[in-house]
Amino acid sequence: MEGKILNPTKTDSAISDLLIVSSSPHLRSNESVKRIMLDVIIALIPAMIGSVYFFGLNALKLILISIASALFFEAVIQKMLKKEISINDYSAVITGILLAFNLPANAPWWIAVFGSGFAIIIVKQLFGGLGSNFMNPALAARAVLLTSWPNIMSNFVLPGADAITGATPLAIMKYGAADAGASATVAQAAAELPSILNMFIGNRGGAIGETSALLLLIGGLYLLIRKVIDWKIPVIYIATTAVFLLLLGVETDQLVYHILGGGLILGAFYMATDYSSGAITPIGQIIFAFGAGALTALIRVKGGFPEGVSYSILLMNVAAPLIDKFTAPRVFGRSK
Amino acid sequence: MKLENLTFKGGVHVPHSKELTEKKSLIYANEPSVVYIPLHQHTGAPCEALVNVGDRVKIGQKIAESSAFVSAPIHSSVAGIVKSITNITTPTGMNSACIVIESDGTKEVHESVKPKESLDKLSSKEIISIIKEAGITGMGGAGFPTHVKLSPPPEKKIDTIILNGAECEPFLTADHRLMLEMPEKVVFGLRAIMKALNVEKGFIGVENNKMDAVHALKSVIREDDKIEIVTLKAKYPQGDEKRIINAITGRKVPSGGLPMDVGCVVNNVSTAKAIAEAILEGKPLYERVVTVTGNGIKEPKNIVVKIGTKFQEVIDQCGGFNGTPGKIIMGGPMMGLAQFSTDVPVIKGSGGILVLTEEEALAEKVSPCIKCGKCLEVCPVTLQPLHISAHALKKNFEGAERFNALDCVECGACSFICPAKRPLVESIRFAKREILAKRKKS
Repeated sequence: MEGKILNPTKTDSAISDLLIVSSSPHLRSNESVKRIMLDVIIALIPAMIGSVYFFGLNALKLILISIASALFFEAVIQKMLKKEISINDYSAVITGILLAFNLPANAPWWIAVFGSGFAIIIVKQLFGGLGSNFMNPALAARAVLLTSWPNIMSNFVLPGADAITGATPLAIMKYGAADAGASATVAQAAAELPSILNMFIGNRGGAIGETSALLLLIGGLYLLIRKVIDWKIPVIYIATTAVFLLLLGVETDQLVYHILGGGLILGAFYMATDYSSGAITPIGQIIFAFGAGALTALIRVKGGFPEGVSYSILLMNVAAPLIDKFTAPRVFGRSK
Repeated sequence: MKLENLTFKGGVHVPHSKELTEKKSLIYANEPSVVYIPLHQHTGAPCEALVNVGDRVKIGQKIAESSAFVSAPIHSSVAGIVKSITNITTPTGMNSACIVIESDGTKEVHESVKPKESLDKLSSKEIISIIKEAGITGMGGAGFPTHVKLSPPPEKKIDTIILNGAECEPFLTADHRLMLEMPEKVVFGLRAIMKALNVEKGFIGVENNKMDAVHALKSVIREDDKIEIVTLKAKYPQGDEKRIINAITGRKVPSGGLPMDVGCVVNNVSTAKAIAEAILEGKPLYERVVTVTGNGIKEPKNIVVKIGTKFQEVIDQCGGFNGTPGKIIMGGPMMGLAQFSTDVPVIKGSGGILVLTEEEALAEKVSPCIKCGKCLEVCPVTLQPLHISAHALKKNFEGAERFNALDCVECGACSFICPAKRPLVESIRFAKREILAKRKKS
């Protein structure tokens, strides 16, 4: 032994060639990407069940088609790009569910296929795949569908077995129930609006997954408990929307409809909180949520659409890298 | 201000896994038959041997020293004959000259090992010189010569001494047992440091998962001691010196600065105990407590080991391996150094020998960053590990520097928490080395 140089590559002790040598830390937490994605899926299950209850099997069909095509397109594009196929990280499943949640329950099946394909191929994989997409794939796909097939995408059904088409509460408030364009007085609109309880549980017109504030909040609470999301983004988003709506002259008795209506709860808890397309710095996340809230209110009151959640989140997605750049946290022990 | 459950911003809760050894009293290892004592066990200049092959040395005899200020002399841990002076790889991965001494079993102690004057008769200079002569280096793992820490430039006014008893590394219990079994030595060491720096305020910071040690320390504090025992929240990396200063005093050590820039000196409790022994018994640093632990060890122990004892010999005294070892680490799992072999000696900075099973040692599959931001949340320096790492992996070191890579304390909290299992601290470390190398060149 002595007198010899101990050389790492030397195999004088039988165990030395079996030992793993790597840089510290030698311990890893139980956190995993798969678990985070699974948590989001679990959180979406109540709203999924709710959507089938309110809109029937059509909703289920669209959700399943959407998930299946998201998985299919992800596998195909990764194969084509000669990347490792990673559909088992469940992230495509979430995109599929969220895209379906944005569709009206009577949308044709190919809308779900096209939307999922666009979300996965263009928005997610062509920009580098999981973690590299600069926009929320489901929302970007919804925006494309809305501009390509506006009739299909804004033709909402009311809950119930007969699937009658009808206006969403936000559209009623903006245009009145009967015809778009004529602005409704508050009294008239109130007569046609669903009750607040129905708004809360989801018994109203709207896209598949956006109607039940209650079920979405249950899922949101689960995500908060599991620490997948932070309370700041959804709370600041919704609060800012409310404040700006009031500033823009929305009556207080209509405010509840604005909060529970449209995709605000869905967007605030499940889309604005998207990791890769959002801001990452603590202050940046606050600015992101604030901006999305202000834009949502602006689009709803002054814009051409009754609903502004998806566009406001998409706009903030684009601004996120810049926000991050200017809100880098101060390093411990540095003055600026 | 209440000195209970203090903490810092950021950090992670790591499963502490201390139950393997926290209840096990210190025991002394068997006298090694041969010791391999490296001449470079500390930060700073390596030592030159003072003995020749064939010389007889005694326990505690100085066998190597350096004329450089930042260095610490080295002493023999056994009585016996110098067999050879050779080169070895130390557990820190350095190549170093090494004195090989074969013990003759007499355990004869060198005549220089005798109690010094009582503390109140010693001057500040004398205390520091005793510490230097005893070869004491930081025993938390960094191995910085203690006398250098205690000799700040005159313009730096020190007003607070902190003993670090956080021991936030999982698995390790050496400091815990020391505080519990030798609280009077730890407190005496603190008094000596306070006297050496002429400071009126001393703290001992202990994580609140070691309340028995807190009580033990409290029980030996005298009325006239200006010492407070502080409990800290059990959170990693509480034992990082900038974190412990921040938790106890609220001060922030400036970026690139040292504790003395905010009037603090931080020493590990094991270092304080070594200082106490140097004064009370004249005993230089030639042995230390090592926590031998992990699921890959049959009988985990807190064991007092002579410097220079081979890891394998220590492991054998702890029942040997439990199954096939997967990874052998000097130190704890968060910042410890993986070893190529057990054929390396215990050095002054070896606080633990941790053996992971094959299963625990396997690296997890790395997947793309999902930008979840958990690494920002846990970074105690409020860096953005994901960005530094992204630049580092692309070999864009200017980018890494722009994101303040050099402020990283390499605690590994980011890599620990990362759900994508990305090599965050590993790549940041790489970037730091490159940035510093470039600076040296220019």
